[in-house]
Amino acid sequence: MRHHLILRVITKLLVGAIMLFAFYVQFHGDFSPGGGFQAGVIMAVAFILYGLVFSLHNVQQVFPPWLVHKLVALGVLIYAGTGIVSLFLGYSFLDYGAFTPDHPSHGQHYGIFAVELGVGITVTAVMVAIYYAFAGRPPRLSDEEW
Amino acid sequence: MGFELTQEYILGHLNYWLFSVLMMTGLYIVVAKGNLVKKIVGLNIFQTSVFMLYISMGKVTDGTAPIFPLDMDVDPDVIYSNPLPHVLILTAIVVGVATTALGLALIVRIQDEFNTIEEDDILKIERAIVQTENAIHGDAMGGRA
Amino acid sequence: MLVLTAIAVVRMRSLFAIAMLSGVFSLLSALLFVTLDAVDVAFTEAAVGAGISTVLVLGTLALTSRFEKPTKRSPVLPLFVVFVTGAALIYGTLDMPNFGSPEAPAQMHVGPDYLEDSVHEINIPNVVTSILASYRGYDTLGETAVVFTAGIGVLLLLSGLRRRRRDDEEDESEEV
Repeated sequence: MRHHLILRVITKLLVGAIMLFAFYVQFHGDFSPGGGFQAGVIMAVAFILYGLVFSLHNVQQVFPPWLVHKLVALGVLIYAGTGIVSLFLGYSFLDYGAFTPDHPSHGQHYGIFAVELGVGITVTAVMVAIYYAFAGRPPRLSDEEW
Repeated sequence: MGFELTQEYILGHLNYWLFSVLMMTGLYIVVAKGNLVKKIVGLNIFQTSVFMLYISMGKVTDGTAPIFPLDMDVDPDVIYSNPLPHVLILTAIVVGVATTALGLALIVRIQDEFNTIEEDDILKIERAIVQTENAIHGDAMGGRA
Repeated sequence: MLVLTAIAVVRMRSLFAIAMLSGVFSLLSALLFVTLDAVDVAFTEAAVGAGISTVLVLGTLALTSRFEKPTKRSPVLPLFVVFVTGAALIYGTLDMPNFGSPEAPAQMHVGPDYLEDSVHEINIPNVVTSILASYRGYDTLGETAVVFTAGIGVLLLLSGLRRRRRDDEEDESEEV
């Protein structure tokens, strides 16, 4: 891998910055373009980049497949759970006014935050799981045929 | 036909026609080409040009992106573009990538089973399988398996 | 530019070049979305189309072949179908409102209502997020379910390695 030295160094520098940017996009979805989907995809790209340059085995030690599979379901659970919590509090499904009964518009902030978090977690985990599935198969073309 | 072919009319509808041309290019790739991966890429082109058509329907002249200033000091004279098509297209993009991922996974499995991803070869192999099945089981099932 | 990229995808036979061209097409369409004031959509299209889609197509190429075989079918019937569909589409756009006109039916009713109500009901600057997560939150739940289903589908399809199929073949040949 000696001739891939530039790729390895740059990747090590970039992966942290990409993750930070993903968190920024996730939490600033209220104030600037962004939100759950974009943040999820960018976070997945950080892991995929690390897996492309260093091997799949290395990235699976950082983000093991069993954790990925659990997170895929956890995001949807958070989203639906927010709706069900507001059902239990006496309001209708996904009515964010349930979180702050005296000030309905403040509850919107909490509801949107929780919902976008669920979306981001699911999208990250699904993209990384799809990459693991594709990269886990033995390739048919060797490196020289490209 | 109920309209006049003025320059304003042509300029006002040029975007719809351009995106229809793009859509038809994507559709041609899906229908005419035999390679399965190329079909999926053509489907992506078709989907993206449909998105462009919808977003162009939501644009208002002299409008700006539908994001208010940070301190929520909304100026009533500023025109904003319609945010509703943006939301629909966001959902559509994510559904599109889900479909693409599933389609590509199916292609990998087809390659495993048939050892080819050209549609003509796959049809030939399937016809051969049906013929052998008819030869083996045809009498028992009245001539066709 | 977009039309040129699409026509290049039609004509080229190297699938690697087609994967790159599809990434270029996604980036160009993201630029177009920015000029049409759709910044959220441009962000998503650039990230998803030029990032994830290109990686997946390249991954598929590594597991299949790199070139397309020249097809022996005649292009007459597909061209005819495409022309008829295109003519129908253009006929349908003939009485659509002009590009960007503020009196279009799409700009009436719900869109401006969301823009006005979002200020005091939800009170966040990004209207697209407020519609996506609050006014149309139920649709976004369905979309998350779609992503979840796609992930499960890909895992079901691809998680068994090819060794298992060869073991099944050996067992069948032993039985026969």
